[in-house]
Amino acid sequence: MTAAEVWAALDEIPDPEIPVVSLVDLGVIRDVAVVGERVRIEFTPTFLGCPALEAMKRAMEASVAGLGAEPEVQVIQDDSWSTDRITPAGREKLRAAGFAPPAPRSAGPTTLVQLRSKAFRCPYCGSTETRLENIFGPTPCRSIRWCESCRQPFEQFKTI
Amino acid sequence: MNARASLLLSIADDELILGWRDSEWTGIAPTLEEDVAFSSIAQNEIGHARALYELAARELDTDADALAFDRAPADYRCAPLVELHVLEWAHTIARRYLYEEADRLRIGRLMRSDDAELAGLAAKIDREETYHRMHAEMWAARLADEPRFRSAVEELWPFALGVLEPELRAELAARVGLDVVEPRERGVHQPELAELWDVMTEVRRSIPGAQW
Repeated sequence: MTAAEVWAALDEIPDPEIPVVSLVDLGVIRDVAVVGERVRIEFTPTFLGCPALEAMKRAMEASVAGLGAEPEVQVIQDDSWSTDRITPAGREKLRAAGFAPPAPRSAGPTTLVQLRSKAFRCPYCGSTETRLENIFGPTPCRSIRWCESCRQPFEQFKTI
Repeated sequence: MNARASLLLSIADDELILGWRDSEWTGIAPTLEEDVAFSSIAQNEIGHARALYELAARELDTDADALAFDRAPADYRCAPLVELHVLEWAHTIARRYLYEEADRLRIGRLMRSDDAELAGLAAKIDREETYHRMHAEMWAARLADEPRFRSAVEELWPFALGVLEPELRAELAARVGLDVVEPRERGVHQPELAELWDVMTEVRRSIPGAQW
């Protein structure tokens, strides 16, 4: 078995809460190492309070076991994951499903002034005439915004 | 217990108990937006507690759930600020604001620690706390001129000082514009912690060793 085969299998696992993107699209898999019959995966959680972490871990273990190997998922709790690790393909899938992708971290730490600005684009109509409704949303990683142009709410992936 | 495990437990207990208190607004917050905000903040604080407990558990040869639920109330190391039962909005916001101001100093110091594992986790926590701080700052600005809010901040101020090690207290005072006073230190619990603990651990105690 090669690491590429494992990556391909992991790319089939949907995120439990936003199933339009895979765990590979989300960038939460930091490394895959194949050693004989064992596959070691380094996994970085998105938000520490995310209730889907256990489900993600179990899905990866089942996927590796399905390939006939013995899984070992190591959870890495440092700051190596950020929303910048979401792949370009992942960002496009988010947008197509009505989630505005996160702003790049290179723009500096997020501030309230920034969230209240019109720098965020509606994923439905593309307008930047949008306003912050709530910093918090249905999961820790999402905020709620309102589009003034097409007059509907949408979810914004938080930048972290 | 070594100093590292002791420090981890103090912070983890703060985050767990405050997360629990914040979750008491789920379903009954003054607006739907705040219901969502408090539920999300609570969930995230408890996630931070879990990550910190996991580090402590490795040193203490146990697991995160045992640390969170199997200790007696007297063995928790949380600060009295997070134990208070305050189902009143001005005090709730005052506590969130003061806690986030104190926590940012504590997390900032851990991020600069020589202990790479602790520094890495602190950096991750800090990124997420950015959003809790925005929420607290937004409310503190909105209520700044409200007498009820000002008096709640003053009432909780000695409790807020007790969240931090003595050497960080002057910086906290400067940030919130108050003078250092006699703090309400860790170690002496508020009576309402026992009641919280009863509810929080009830399911776990009902079937010891069950997997959910």
